[in-house]
Amino acid sequence: MAAFETPPLGEYPVIPLVREGAMAHSKPFVAKPEHQQGLGFPGELVPDWENVAVTKLGQLVSQSRGLQVFLDACVKCGACTDKCHYYLGTSDPKNMPVARQDLLRSVYRRYYTFAGKFFPWLVGARNMTKSVLDEWYSYFHQCSQCRRCAVFCPYGIDTAEVSMAARDIMDSVGVGQKYSNEIIGKVHKIGNNLGLPERALRNTLDGLEEDVKEETGVDVKFPLDVKGAEVLLITPSADFFAEPHIDGLIGYAKVFHAAGISWTLSSHASEAANFSLFIGNHDNLQKVAGRIRDAALDLGVRRVVVGECGHAWRVAYSFWNTLIGPFDFLDPRYPAPQHICELTYDLIQRGVLTFDKSANDDKVVTFHDSCNVSRGSRMGDAPGGQFRIPREIIRACVNNFVDMAPETIGEATFCCGGGGGLLTDDLVELRVKGALPRMQALQQVVQEHGVNYMAAICAICKSQFTKVLPYYKHPMDMIGSVHGLVSKAIVLKPGN
Amino acid sequence: MSTLTVLYAVLFYFAFVMLVGGTGYKCWVYARTPQPLKIPIPPAPTTRAGVVLRMLIEVTLFRALFRSNKWIWLFGWIFHVALLAVLLRHLRYFTEPVWGWVALIQPIGLYAGFALLAGLAGLWARRFLVDRVRYISAPSDHLMLALLVAIAASGLAMKYVAHTDIVSLKAFFLGLMVFDWRELPADPVLLLHLALVAILMIVFPLSKLLHAPAVFFSPSLNQVDDAREKRHAAGWSTQIIRVDRTRGA
Ligand code: SF4
Ligand code: SF4
Repeated sequence: MAAFETPPLGEYPVIPLVREGAMAHSKPFVAKPEHQQGLGFPGELVPDWENVAVTKLGQLVSQSRGLQVFLDACVKCGACTDKCHYYLGTSDPKNMPVARQDLLRSVYRRYYTFAGKFFPWLVGARNMTKSVLDEWYSYFHQCSQCRRCAVFCPYGIDTAEVSMAARDIMDSVGVGQKYSNEIIGKVHKIGNNLGLPERALRNTLDGLEEDVKEETGVDVKFPLDVKGAEVLLITPSADFFAEPHIDGLIGYAKVFHAAGISWTLSSHASEAANFSLFIGNHDNLQKVAGRIRDAALDLGVRRVVVGECGHAWRVAYSFWNTLIGPFDFLDPRYPAPQHICELTYDLIQRGVLTFDKSANDDKVVTFHDSCNVSRGSRMGDAPGGQFRIPREIIRACVNNFVDMAPETIGEATFCCGGGGGLLTDDLVELRVKGALPRMQALQQVVQEHGVNYMAAICAICKSQFTKVLPYYKHPMDMIGSVHGLVSKAIVLKPGN
Repeated sequence: MSTLTVLYAVLFYFAFVMLVGGTGYKCWVYARTPQPLKIPIPPAPTTRAGVVLRMLIEVTLFRALFRSNKWIWLFGWIFHVALLAVLLRHLRYFTEPVWGWVALIQPIGLYAGFALLAGLAGLWARRFLVDRVRYISAPSDHLMLALLVAIAASGLAMKYVAHTDIVSLKAFFLGLMVFDWRELPADPVLLLHLALVAILMIVFPLSKLLHAPAVFFSPSLNQVDDAREKRHAAGWSTQIIRVDRTRGA
């Protein structure tokens, strides 16, 4: 990998001038045939791939009103051009959301619109060629599908939908991305992204029980495959072993313990993540999600709760009911699915949990809104619950909390730089540069308020920041789980 | 009947069919195309009524654009509001007797003509001055602005520089509407103005002007945020076949 420079943090955020081709070299490893085939994709570039790709594009457009409207409606107003963290971090104009859409729109126009068929030069329509495909591969893997651009577009044009479609088309002609497709393959085969088999999972959980017992003197359980438990917890597999994710898992377990809620994990569905979202493929999306319904039915649980994971929560909140619903077999008194933050918040409201905030007095905490939670889902009953609830939990657990600049949080939050299937070492340059806007906002609260801890509720955000914080001269353990804070502050009574 | 009149009569029938028929067809395609998954973008209302309100605010005040970029909002909003006023003002050429409120807004419509030009000038200037917008502008984007500017300029020219025979013009259009063709005044500025308007009508369903109807079909804006409460299914997501394994212990 070529060496690159971490972009400098100025005093104020700046919108860079266009530098054409600045990231043209960035591309992730291509999936090998064995990664492709398990997902139902051809192993390598198929013969006559141009036609296959164009036909697939037509199909996708006819199957999705969103895609069709998004490709037609853009007026090139430019409002989105400075909204993408990858543009802000790299200055490559093809990372401007509208320019990214145009990579695909140009082909759509050429084959499916009057203007593009007869006046291609006028509307920037292009034939589907190898160089177009290469450009797609590069730049549709420089989009974390964070939907920030869609918030700012007057027509709600969602570049994430466009980049999902592009990746689906590329997969259908045999050009997939190794990182995402290999992982989806593992979920199909083993049940989680890490390929962690049941025995390893059980050992890990046993180890956690011992650790927590040692630390607190309380028998907090980490149950696996317990039939008849009330709650099935679906959490990203990173929670089982990665730092700082694991503190979050311990936090969930302590919450369940303190509230006296019986719960279980499932070895069949030991993964909340569903990377099929990133590759825009609905067969895989549904298949991966299907394991969760199976597990819920097999275990006979009454509730399904989802752990801290951004895109998983989007899939759960927005798509599960469609893909694997209806959840008429679950307890109707609780939302199905329910986010772990909703559960904890509800218990806090009801006075079930006790906290000793001083346990977190070494920290000045800020909260990073994860894109898929912020712009792909909700929590609670009212709009904006996905912003309010995690903050309420944090405030219940810590004495020192400050928010980052308002234009960088909430609906307008900046992606961590590693979402959407880009959390791979072959894209480190992109990840570091894409983190710039978030790092800029963080820097400000570090300087002004002495922030030394950034909490998040997304496994990808946590891994991404662990990696990129040091590039910006922050310690990597500055990032943590919201339920890590809960874990620290919660008061457990040995008796219950 | 002059050849010119016949030519323009036919042109306007064609333009009308393209505008109404073409745009109608596109709307039908949008309406018929399913949106298989829920993808509302925040701030997403949780009720239908909320969505109607959201859409109303978006299309009248351009709220997202306002949040996004104040300059584009300013020029864009002025342009659209002025265009609306100008179009309403033009109703007097197509109605007999002229409706009271149309008569009333005539002076507003005039100022609007200048506002429209100013808005367009601002938008066009951005295409040259802001490097990001310059990068994303295709020839068609410039041409569209040129077309609109030429329409506005030729319109204003008839008001302030070279008056045209408004009475005959009105007779021409009223006649067109009842298939009773009348002579069109052969005034160069008028002919230019009319030809450009006809072109605009024709390209409407073939170009980015489609954004006007398309915005109402945009799922990120028109979906209700109620995925957990109501099971959504459309298109492929209605075809999901699920074989549940045995249930419970
Ligand atoms: S904000 Fe929307 S309409 Fe404007 S250029 Fe971007 S995608 Fe196109
Ligand atoms: S979805 Fe996010 S990453 Fe993709 S273009 Fe939009 S702002 Fe950039």
